[in-house]
Amino acid sequence: MTYLDYKVAHTPTGWRKILYLNWPLVFLLAAVAGAGFLMLYSVSGGRPEVWTQPQIERFVVGMAALIGLAFVPIWFWRSISIVSYALGIMLLIAVDLFGHVGMGAQRWLDIGPVKLQPSELMKIALVLMLAAYYDWLDMDRVSRPVWVLIPVILILLPTALVLKQPDLGTSVMLVAGGGIMLFAAGVSLWYFGAVIGLVIGLVATVLKSRGTEWQLLHDYQFRRIDTFLDPSSDPLGAGYNITQAQIALGSGGWSGRGFMQGTQSRLNFLPEKHTDFIFTTLAEEFGFVGTMSLLTLYTLILAFCLYSAMTNRDRFASLLTIGVAGTFFLYFAVNMGMVMGLMPVVGVPLPLVSYGGTQLMILLMAFGMVQSAHVHRPRG
Amino acid sequence: MRKSVRDVQESARLVGRRGLMLGAIQAAVVATLGWRLKTMQLDRSDEFRLLSDGNSIKLRLLPPARGLIHDRNGVLLAGNEQNYRVTITREEAGDVSTVVARLRHLIPMTDSSVAALLAEIDRRSAITPVSVADRLTWQQFTSIAVNAPALPGVTPESGLSRSYPRAGDFAHVLGYVGPVSDYDLSKIEDPDPVLMLPEFQLGKVGAEAKLESILRGKAGSRRVEVNSAGREMRELDRQEGEQGATVQMTLDAGLQNFARQRLGEESAAAVVLDVQTGDVLTISSSPVFDPNLFVRGIGSAEYRALMDHDHRPLADKTVQGVYPPGSTFKMVTLLAGLDAGVINGGSRFHCPGYTQVAGRRFHCWRRGGHGSVDPVQSLEQSCDVFYYELAQKVGIDRMAAMARRLGLGVRHDLPMSAVAEGIAPDRAWKRARYDADWQVGDSLNAAIGQGFVLASPLQLAVMTARLATGRAIEPRLVRAIDGIARPLEDYPELGLNPAHLKIAQTGMDAVMNGSRGTAARARTVVPEWRMAGKTGTSQVRNITAAERARGVISNEQLPWARRDHALFVCYAPVEAPRYAVSVVVEHGGGGSAVAAPIARDILLFALAGGLPPLDAYPPGQRDAVEEMRAKLQLDTPQLPRTARVRA
Repeated sequence: MTYLDYKVAHTPTGWRKILYLNWPLVFLLAAVAGAGFLMLYSVSGGRPEVWTQPQIERFVVGMAALIGLAFVPIWFWRSISIVSYALGIMLLIAVDLFGHVGMGAQRWLDIGPVKLQPSELMKIALVLMLAAYYDWLDMDRVSRPVWVLIPVILILLPTALVLKQPDLGTSVMLVAGGGIMLFAAGVSLWYFGAVIGLVIGLVATVLKSRGTEWQLLHDYQFRRIDTFLDPSSDPLGAGYNITQAQIALGSGGWSGRGFMQGTQSRLNFLPEKHTDFIFTTLAEEFGFVGTMSLLTLYTLILAFCLYSAMTNRDRFASLLTIGVAGTFFLYFAVNMGMVMGLMPVVGVPLPLVSYGGTQLMILLMAFGMVQSAHVHRPRG
Repeated sequence: MRKSVRDVQESARLVGRRGLMLGAIQAAVVATLGWRLKTMQLDRSDEFRLLSDGNSIKLRLLPPARGLIHDRNGVLLAGNEQNYRVTITREEAGDVSTVVARLRHLIPMTDSSVAALLAEIDRRSAITPVSVADRLTWQQFTSIAVNAPALPGVTPESGLSRSYPRAGDFAHVLGYVGPVSDYDLSKIEDPDPVLMLPEFQLGKVGAEAKLESILRGKAGSRRVEVNSAGREMRELDRQEGEQGATVQMTLDAGLQNFARQRLGEESAAAVVLDVQTGDVLTISSSPVFDPNLFVRGIGSAEYRALMDHDHRPLADKTVQGVYPPGSTFKMVTLLAGLDAGVINGGSRFHCPGYTQVAGRRFHCWRRGGHGSVDPVQSLEQSCDVFYYELAQKVGIDRMAAMARRLGLGVRHDLPMSAVAEGIAPDRAWKRARYDADWQVGDSLNAAIGQGFVLASPLQLAVMTARLATGRAIEPRLVRAIDGIARPLEDYPELGLNPAHLKIAQTGMDAVMNGSRGTAARARTVVPEWRMAGKTGTSQVRNITAAERARGVISNEQLPWARRDHALFVCYAPVEAPRYAVSVVVEHGGGGSAVAAPIARDILLFALAGGLPPLDAYPPGQRDAVEEMRAKLQLDTPQLPRTARVRA
């Protein structure tokens, strides 16, 4: 569909667009971010200047960006999708060449005053690219091998670059995010069955490669797998984090220990308590009530996005919305699964809650595009 | 290119279908997460709560204050004093050397101690407090507290530490406390956790060790919250401990002090018993040491000086030291003879100065002999031949039985370290000990308290008390615990014929008051304090029971070390006995010349309740007594009026 297909006359223009925003989604995002501010305040020990204030400032900027992006017609985003994908790839190459090393991986790029994580940007660029690709592709070609191979390459190219950093978590997120796009676009389920079979075989091979000359993963990655399978095997080393996280989570009980009363986080038993493990503090201080509330908020965000996507007749818009929502879903599901011990520890933040500038800004901008899709949906 | 309406519709249908499937998958994942949250936070929360509390809540013990020890009049013998000390924690101090340099302006520290301290701080973990200085004055302590802002990481702390205000007077009977060693812990089956506290003090020897369970008290506890590094964040609750029981001893601080001063620098021991109650009023071993040195941690040079001293200040000669009792044993032999019926009060033996038995000649101490001697005279003049003859009639087994009846060769149960049993030898003992037959010569030696016979000053005092009363007095050291007096025992009769006992008592009276008494010079002229006693001079080197058991023979070749032991036992008043005294002066020379005057002075002090008037002494001795007194550095305690307990 081109922009000519839109019944432009029915599309809101100017400031009127603000009335057509998906307001429930905006409020849900703000609510989740608010919960994040609360938790950051708690883990900082009541010192807002440490994490809470910078996070609020970025959220305000991010929200402004969200509204701003929502005003931009959806066809603009489709027209820049190839450019953004190319830019993402270039930035990934740049980070490989000039990037900063932090926490044992080369992920950061200094652009003037901003420190950027191109791999975060890539997640959205990939969604844009794939949405544009399937919008362009004829429906009856979607499941043809050649036309399946192209998006697979589009996915694997950035994945390989990210894996090289190395950042297993983001690589998995890229593949899974891309997979969601292919699934939503209607690629035959046979492919997915084949891939799942292939993955199982691959995992078996990788595990078998351990200790041999052709070892496919780093030792620390193998250790994470060990720790995931049995956290108590190394209670003071790699398993310490996950054991302490589960203790914090479980000890929250029904209603938690109360705001700023969590002993696990306040007394530093928890690792990375302001970033990847912030969910454990929420669980400890607000208990089952708190965790289920957050999970509900996340689910509602998903539901509003999916509904918006399914009711949008514009293929690009609905695929973009599904892709963003899918990425968002992957974020929180992997993060929660990780701290609950359902998944190995991979460095994935809790979306909108964990402290971190790039992640928050990119997510809000992505939701800005989702809003744009919602505002500029075909009407009439 | 434009898309057909069909295309658009199909696309929308497909996206709708796949969107629903995706939503279902996502819902399933969310449900899994929710289910996991439910099992962890609701079903297993108690288990995790326990783990969480175990992480962060630690129990810290509060050491209890040690029980006080008083004398019979309420004079403090062992108390607790505030010990002000300063610790430093590396994590908080930051630049440790600067902080320590600042500390040096406030408390004296040598270069070497600073170096040792810095090394210690380096060695310990960053959050472990390291002791900088101990036993600060209040002034130093407050100056550190005032300067706290300039001294990050420095914590002034106060704790209790044992102190012995009477210094050396009670060093041997009370012993001392010290830090708990690994060796101490290895000896205790189920150690009280409070023993693990770094500053905790444990009774090491003497009554402090024997009464440990009473004195220690019960530890209190604090529940504190710690962070992941183990640093204490806040106190959750606190339960104070219970101080150990206050123990009142039977000892008399004034008398003990006098006895110690009177023994001077001699290697000697003195014991004073209340013959009615068995109360040990004084139990003094000389020379003494200052137990406070051990509490504070004695330096190796000081310790070596104590160890190398040939008068063995660390040994408690009153209960650990055993000596051949010499002639003080003659009452035992005499009573054995009377009890067995082999002699009676009128029996006489002739003393030509020696006796010939089995081809060996046994000498009396008096070369010319005593002529015809009856039992009373045998004690008065301490005739050896009388006892040589008597021993052959009585036999060793009956002598040993009488010795045990009078309290020799049996261990008296006092809360003191290494209380010796002594030796009251008989045939079975020699068979077991040396695998040899008892010889008649052994009996002769034993009859005059030589040979195999060994007794401690405590046992000699018990023997004297039993001779004075005819009852089986047992010594006791603890008078009351926490103000509750221990009941006095009704000591049973010894079962001796009163007439026989009277003969021994008359003989002892004659020793001090008879015209030919061996200790007549040491008598008192006050009729109501009239004393009865017995001298003893033993000719062997001092060998403690422990030494003998090890088979080690000390090789003392010095003239002092070869001199005889001087012994004296006595009681008074003769008519209604109250106190029994035994004195042993190692290598002191003759019992009558050395031990008897000391025993008399101590006994007079006990009878008079303080220094007796000079009138109590025979007229010719008063100047000498006055001169002797001038040299004493008495420290008679002021009796606390309120604490006085009625006897």
